Amino acid sequence: MELKSQNDTWKPRIVAFFCNWCTYTAADLAGVSRIKHEPNVRVIRVMCSGRVDPQFVIDAFVKGADGVLIGGCHIGDCHYIDGNHKTIRRFAMLKRILKDMGIEDERFRLEWISASEGEKVKTVTNDMVEKLEKLGPLGLPKKFIAWDEEMNHLELEISKPKEEIEHV
Amino acid sequence: MTSTKQNGEVRIGYFVCHCGHNIGATIDVLKVADVIKNLPGVVISREYKYMCSDPGQEMIQEDIKEHNLNRIVVAACSPLLHENTFRRATEKAGINQYYFHMVNIRENASWVHVDKAEATRKAIDLSRAAIQRVFFHQALEKKQVSINPNVLVVGGGISGIHAALTLAKAGKKVYLVERDPTIGGLMAKFDKTFPTLDCAACILTPKMTEVKNHPNIELMTYSEVEKVSGFVGQYKATIKRKPRYIKEDVCVGCLDCIDACIYKDGKYYDEFNVGLSKRKPVYIPFPQATPQLVVFDPEACVRLKRGKCKETCVEKCDRDAIDFDQKEKFEEIEIGSVIVATGFQIFDAKKIPYYGYGKYQNVYNALEIERLVNSSGPTGGQVVMRNGEVPKKIGIIHCVGSRDEKTNIWCSRVCCTYSVKLAHLLKELSGADVYNFYIDMRTPGKGQEEFYNQVMREGVHFIRGRVAEVTDWAAEKEEQGKLIIRVEDTLIGVVRRIPVDMVVLGVGVEPHSDADKIRRLFNISCSTEGFYLEKHPKLAPFDTASDGVYIAGGCQGPKDITDAVAQAGAAAAEALALIDKGFIEMEPNTAFISEDNCSGCKSCIPLCPYTAISFDEEVFKAKINEVLCKGCGTCVAACPSAAIDQNLFTNDQIYNEIDGLLKYEIV
Amino acid sequence: MSEKPKVAFYWCASCGGCEESIVDLAEGLLDVIEKVDIVFWPVAMDFKTSDVEAMADKSIFASFINGCIRTSEQEEMAHLLRKKSKVVVAYGSCAHTGGIPGLANQFAREQILTYVYDEAPTVTNENKVRPEVEHRMNGASVTLPAFRNVVRTLDQVIDVDYYIPGCAPTPKIAQEALQILLSGELPPNATVLAPDIALCDQCPRKDSKPEEFEYHGFKRPQWTDIDPEKCFLAQEIFCMGPATRGGCESLCIGGNMPCTGCFGPTCRVKDQGAKILSSICSALSAKDKDEIEKILDSIPDPLGTFYRYGLAGSLLRRNVKLPVS
Repeated sequence: MELKSQNDTWKPRIVAFFCNWCTYTAADLAGVSRIKHEPNVRVIRVMCSGRVDPQFVIDAFVKGADGVLIGGCHIGDCHYIDGNHKTIRRFAMLKRILKDMGIEDERFRLEWISASEGEKVKTVTNDMVEKLEKLGPLGLPKKFIAWDEEMNHLELEISKPKEEIEHV
Repeated sequence: MTSTKQNGEVRIGYFVCHCGHNIGATIDVLKVADVIKNLPGVVISREYKYMCSDPGQEMIQEDIKEHNLNRIVVAACSPLLHENTFRRATEKAGINQYYFHMVNIRENASWVHVDKAEATRKAIDLSRAAIQRVFFHQALEKKQVSINPNVLVVGGGISGIHAALTLAKAGKKVYLVERDPTIGGLMAKFDKTFPTLDCAACILTPKMTEVKNHPNIELMTYSEVEKVSGFVGQYKATIKRKPRYIKEDVCVGCLDCIDACIYKDGKYYDEFNVGLSKRKPVYIPFPQATPQLVVFDPEACVRLKRGKCKETCVEKCDRDAIDFDQKEKFEEIEIGSVIVATGFQIFDAKKIPYYGYGKYQNVYNALEIERLVNSSGPTGGQVVMRNGEVPKKIGIIHCVGSRDEKTNIWCSRVCCTYSVKLAHLLKELSGADVYNFYIDMRTPGKGQEEFYNQVMREGVHFIRGRVAEVTDWAAEKEEQGKLIIRVEDTLIGVVRRIPVDMVVLGVGVEPHSDADKIRRLFNISCSTEGFYLEKHPKLAPFDTASDGVYIAGGCQGPKDITDAVAQAGAAAAEALALIDKGFIEMEPNTAFISEDNCSGCKSCIPLCPYTAISFDEEVFKAKINEVLCKGCGTCVAACPSAAIDQNLFTNDQIYNEIDGLLKYEIV
Repeated sequence: MSEKPKVAFYWCASCGGCEESIVDLAEGLLDVIEKVDIVFWPVAMDFKTSDVEAMADKSIFASFINGCIRTSEQEEMAHLLRKKSKVVVAYGSCAHTGGIPGLANQFAREQILTYVYDEAPTVTNENKVRPEVEHRMNGASVTLPAFRNVVRTLDQVIDVDYYIPGCAPTPKIAQEALQILLSGELPPNATVLAPDIALCDQCPRKDSKPEEFEYHGFKRPQWTDIDPEKCFLAQEIFCMGPATRGGCESLCIGGNMPCTGCFGPTCRVKDQGAKILSSICSALSAKDKDEIEKILDSIPDPLGTFYRYGLAGSLLRRNVKLPVS
């Protein structure tokens, strides 16, 4: 397989949006507690998971993320009362759209991780990395280039000397 | 030289911290600095051992001036820790603090990863994202909110009492809300306190009286917080006042009505004596109850249940203080800050059936023993068991509902020490032989170990081993009629059967079963076990994630009276600091609507939990009230035509962060 | 040589509605013709590609290209017109955001050909004849343009200077755009020549939308007795208006049909579908997962609903699982 050689060095990249009050704090706690976990997650801090615009999720995939993780407060615990309710609703629909567009379920994940659940940051991260490793790279930036390669043939098609083509 | 801000050129200074070995041992800091140096906009890229130190901060400030920097990125620890430090440093050097951005490469990277190459790559990715982000930073000003000096203290146990008194003494108005008819909490139930054996009532009662009499304290007992709204400095709370069926301002606490009740004897579960005695439908929890007001139990009182009674109590009351028509009332109060001190509850020993609680009448939980040994308790301090006998042999089992995978895994901290105390008191009062069964003896704290040694010298037996079972199945003749404690004595490696007359379960403590309801009122997070979560486990154990809401005592975690009082004092001091400053500066992370772009679709309006978005019918546009906006950004994400944006978390900033994170070389 | 600016019109993968919209300018068209010199308009006038090839580079002032790009011929013409024109305008939804044909990006090329040439119920094709790029018979050769794997917006193939949105652009918006271009004062590059504010701004029903509302489920317009005065969303009928650029004179709304999004998003939005999704779903009444899913089920084809005109031009462009060739 073509990807085989790449897979040896490829590591899943996960863009994570963590809410300031719960999941970001939990990640800090994981740090303070030295809870070792996979180094694939890149966190973007937002005040609330409700700030996560579905465009951010899609944009992250388009820019090369293999997975996107949203972390928020448990339902009922939102620092902003019910921001996470909005998140879960958007998430449900965005999941459907992504599925229709060929992005596997495991690549997009929403987790409620409270400020005290440092351990859960580890389990969620490791689990997601494991699943993404099985799925392999999503690699959209390369895919887009590959899609557009068909247009490179145009030059050839046009530059074909006309005399060679015998019209009926 | 002209200002770089004016000519619009972005000049970034990047500073990466080794944090001693904390970052430096896992992340190749030199490499990170080297890679970032070559990114567009970066004028200077430096590494330093401790960026947060004075020399580190001075270095940043000097660089700002020397290199005319207008954006600062520091890659170090969590922004939750040092963002303010560096913002101040940035401001000191003359540029707006919001041109600063912090990258977390310690908590988020070096502390949690082992693979050095990967951790370094991560640090580079995160830094690159920040570099791209700061291009879109803008100068912002903090907004100020004034602080209402009144404080709400929730819970009238020793923590709440102490916090309320501290604040009242400082001249602040305090609303002390307690759901029981009296303040005093768990401590009021104790006879002696460890390790000094001073009398609980002697030290608590004066404080309770002081609360009652203090002009700055409005005591609201038999009341519950129903609703809370607003934000730091400007909270509103609705307090539910449950009816006592007594006119509080008329009753003098003579207690004649209790004598006069048609019930000659108590018939109902006495909450204060944890069921060891019975009370009448009209009662006062205990003689020193504060306030000195009786309560009618609507579930028990014949008049309240059936609407008909001889009303001998009314007849007897010469002040006409009884009012059976009282209804639940709701009062709204305005406060600027809150101290939540709602305490803990004891573990229900019935959850461990093999210890026989609820099955064998002479198996007690520790709180029952506290009442039993109390000179004002149901037996007047006589250690008499439910079967009427005085025990000759007593077993105290530690760690019941603590340090137990099947129930609660945490150490309840107070059980070893109170068990030692109860052993001492039981032995002293009954002359019985007392056995303590422990897993480990945990007696940290001033005077505790000494007290343990003293009780050991008094002849109390200490057996190391987790008790397997309490049974009445006698294997031998002398075990008949006894409770047999089966345990492996792990110090001698022998399984023993110890017959006793009385078993005391050293039950652990846990969050109140309705702790969740209360914490949600105040937007407090909780730890896995349900205790309220402090802002920082070490540096802010009394603070919460909600500004202006503090926690003290047992609701935050297991603790003894000493620590509860200390924490209550600290929480009160924090509230005072807030009040005396008079205002609080809020992060300017509010959302804003660009009027030109808003189509007036109203999609955002129902989404705001703070009703900060209103609709201007004149111009047909939505508007955000900056004072009410708390900056969650939900409306920003939802605006269908992207007419809303959020300061500090703008769309441009986040898109560029995403882009920066993923601009690694694709292998 | 005429002094008047030369313009060209061309159609790629489109239904012809855009061409129709130019004719729809009616008297306005005469104004336009008076001011310009139409040098290429295959749908209405007889020109050959070789005529365009013969023109000097940048000699055409503006080329208006409608339709998305699906075949090699369309690509070729797009490149050719780009070379010959000062200004290229993507005309209509298909050229702008992919349009309805862009929805084909949910399927592989082979899937489409199989359906169209073998499986469609109206097709009889016993010999399984398929179009070929080149076919030789008796020493002679016939060629057809290659059918690409991907549907593309015009700007995914060539640089585009301006966009005129709509399926099709309304005469008003087309004429205004033409006037702007002919005025000589060219707007900044990549401008969409329509108001940059969502449709609700101009919607005649905007007063009837309440400030507090939530969605319990969506009704399908064809099965609903629609109140002709009231905001569609307030009637729980899905409407793209809040996420769609205005300027269409609310034609669909006037016909008592909700907006389906043909004008594309405002300039601040990267992905129209994601944006309407975010706004609508945030306001669902449901709190628990199952209830949420139940409400979402009332939108049977979310992709076709949120991305009806915008799939090819959306962030993801195409089902990412589909083969490259």
